Amino acid sequence: MATTSDREALAGVKDEYRYGFSMPEEYVFKSRKGLDHEIVDQISDLKNEPDWMREFRHRSLDIFLSKPMPTWGADLSEIQFDDIYYYLKPTEKAGTTWDDMPDSMRNTFERLGIPEAERNFLAGVGAQYESEVVYHSLQEQWTKLGVIFLDTDSGLREHEDIFREYFGTIIPPSDNKFAALNSAVWSGGSFVYVPAGVTVNIPLQAYFRINAQNMGQFERTLIIVEEGANVHYVEGCTAPIYASDSLHSAVVEIIVKKNGRCRYSTIQNWSSNVYNLVTKRATAAEGATMEWVDANLGSKVTMKYPAVYMMGPRAHGEILSIAFAGEGQTLDAGGKVVHGAPDTSSKIISKSISKNGGRASYRGLLKVAKGATGSKSTVVCDALLLDDRSRSDTYPYIEIDEQDVQVGHEASVSKVNEEQIFYLMSRGLDEEAAATMIVSGFIEPMVKELPMEYAVEMNRLIQLQMEGSIG
Amino acid sequence: MTSELVIQNLHVTVNDGEKEVLKGVNLTIRQDEIHALMGPNGSGKSTLAYAIMGHPHYTVTEGDILLDGESVLEMEPNERARKGLFLAFQYPVAVPGVSMANFLRTAVSNVRGYTDQQPTSEDGRPGVIGSNLMPMRDFRRELLDKMDEYHVDRDFAKRYLNEGFSGGEKKRVEILQMAMLQPKIAIMDETDSGLDIDALRVVSDGVNKLAGTGLGILLITHYQRILEYVKPDYVHVFYNGRIVRSGGAEVAHELEARGYQSVREEFGEPELVTA
Repeated sequence: MATTSDREALAGVKDEYRYGFSMPEEYVFKSRKGLDHEIVDQISDLKNEPDWMREFRHRSLDIFLSKPMPTWGADLSEIQFDDIYYYLKPTEKAGTTWDDMPDSMRNTFERLGIPEAERNFLAGVGAQYESEVVYHSLQEQWTKLGVIFLDTDSGLREHEDIFREYFGTIIPPSDNKFAALNSAVWSGGSFVYVPAGVTVNIPLQAYFRINAQNMGQFERTLIIVEEGANVHYVEGCTAPIYASDSLHSAVVEIIVKKNGRCRYSTIQNWSSNVYNLVTKRATAAEGATMEWVDANLGSKVTMKYPAVYMMGPRAHGEILSIAFAGEGQTLDAGGKVVHGAPDTSSKIISKSISKNGGRASYRGLLKVAKGATGSKSTVVCDALLLDDRSRSDTYPYIEIDEQDVQVGHEASVSKVNEEQIFYLMSRGLDEEAAATMIVSGFIEPMVKELPMEYAVEMNRLIQLQMEGSIG
Repeated sequence: MTSELVIQNLHVTVNDGEKEVLKGVNLTIRQDEIHALMGPNGSGKSTLAYAIMGHPHYTVTEGDILLDGESVLEMEPNERARKGLFLAFQYPVAVPGVSMANFLRTAVSNVRGYTDQQPTSEDGRPGVIGSNLMPMRDFRRELLDKMDEYHVDRDFAKRYLNEGFSGGEKKRVEILQMAMLQPKIAIMDETDSGLDIDALRVVSDGVNKLAGTGLGILLITHYQRILEYVKPDYVHVFYNGRIVRSGGAEVAHELEARGYQSVREEFGEPELVTA
């Protein structure tokens, strides 16, 4: 295990790495497998980062190494931390057009209809291809409004003051083992700053992808919404299938200031070997609204609980989550709402689907602090099981330290109804198409919250997910 | 060619052979014909409807169902639909979250064979999922025309299938589906039940309109009432799992005058069956 003294010893030789690791073909740089302070130095060197960030990474690595693996939730014992590449840099520069995308990627994108969406709706797209943004265009009007939408590395380089003020303040490295890991090796992600009073009318969008075997992906997103500002950020993701396990551990931090509003929508469809362990948290100040719309498909294991800390009076938090677990998959998803001020309100709606022995769990925390009088919260979790082998669990944690609150919790588990299947089949749909339609209907209340082109893509993802699930 | 549905000596049990509900049904329905099948509750009328469409809870133990000479018994319900059979449900099932338009576009695309093609993009690569459905513009135009023609408010295109629909709205939407799917032979299971007089008139108009387009109809009903609006070519009295009398419209009038009690007296008390 590397220590601080190792790091000092390495400081003298690190310049060698700056030029020694470029790969002749696809990758400009690929770190060796495994993680220690030397790798962290390489990453920091390649990114030409300020010393404070380098220190932050080293400190985070120490925290990561010292924290035990979580023993609750899904089984993480098979993750081989030494068998993972922690950094890949595919090309020198970010591309600017769709045509710059590699052909293989465009095939999957086309099946999901993303080019069409691009043509019709996308105003600015950041696509993360192997740890680095290769494709990023940003509409000019936002720039005029003072909106910053960059990949996180560029954000640090170009707006270091704002960046440093907020980075790591919502989710410190000590928060959990995987937040520490991300803090040590983060690369890519988005940096968004919306100045006071500015409403961004068109969602900011980014497509994230994992594309190399055994590659860890550790994007880091930081969004700052100033007073009275309003933004919708969307990330979408589909991943090809790989032979060996892959780790994705992102951190997303959001600050919504007084009367500001932020919605963060995610569609993630990981290949069935990915460990998807993500920490997402937002603070909402007085009168502010934070909404997470979070759809999780695929992966081997997902553990993700987007959180809203309502720190000012009348703040509102909302978490809509969908989890779809197939064969051999464990999706442990849900949300956390913390009422830290009076008259705050929150809503958690969770929908889970399990098929072919998959396991989808809702895990949620509702916390009302002393003094948060007049707070209201509703939690609704619905589970749909497609067969007898699949499983759904609910773990609602509730901590209330205040008398004057209104809290509601509802949960339901249902199976696909065979009268619905027969009805749809009598109209010409085969059994798989019928089941797919019922599943699409089940998650429709959430899908309709997505921007239209994402809703369409989400329904296509559900169809991909349902392929071969019957018979 | 005129299509025909031939039901030959059909014996059907429910719940894995526990109970025989149909006891040798014989019936032939051709395109352009309206057959009314009348019978008391519990006589097995709905079982006949479900068995024709292939509901998994019913097992055919003897006899056959032939559409244009081909047995449908080994076909899944969706294959039967594609061959030209349609069942208007007595209790249409709600599918929450699925809009009428989305559902009907998928159904029409399957029944008319659009989905037989794999989606392919112009340059030969895998095409966008769903791009092998009926083109949206064509579908939309046809749907809106049919909605107007069959008196279904256009707003229903966006509503979730049968969710929160009144009894009359559900039945109207069944007729609309029938109009969109253009079957050869339709079985209408108590389409008239639970309708007020206005709804009954609208639904009957729809049936008459479709009957004029070459559809063969088996109208299953408990009451004589709908026959004031829909004029059947043949009327069959169904009792205790089989057809006990067939004839023209006069059979219905006779039944109306004498009641099902007369049938019971003539053919004896049945063992109790569940419809």
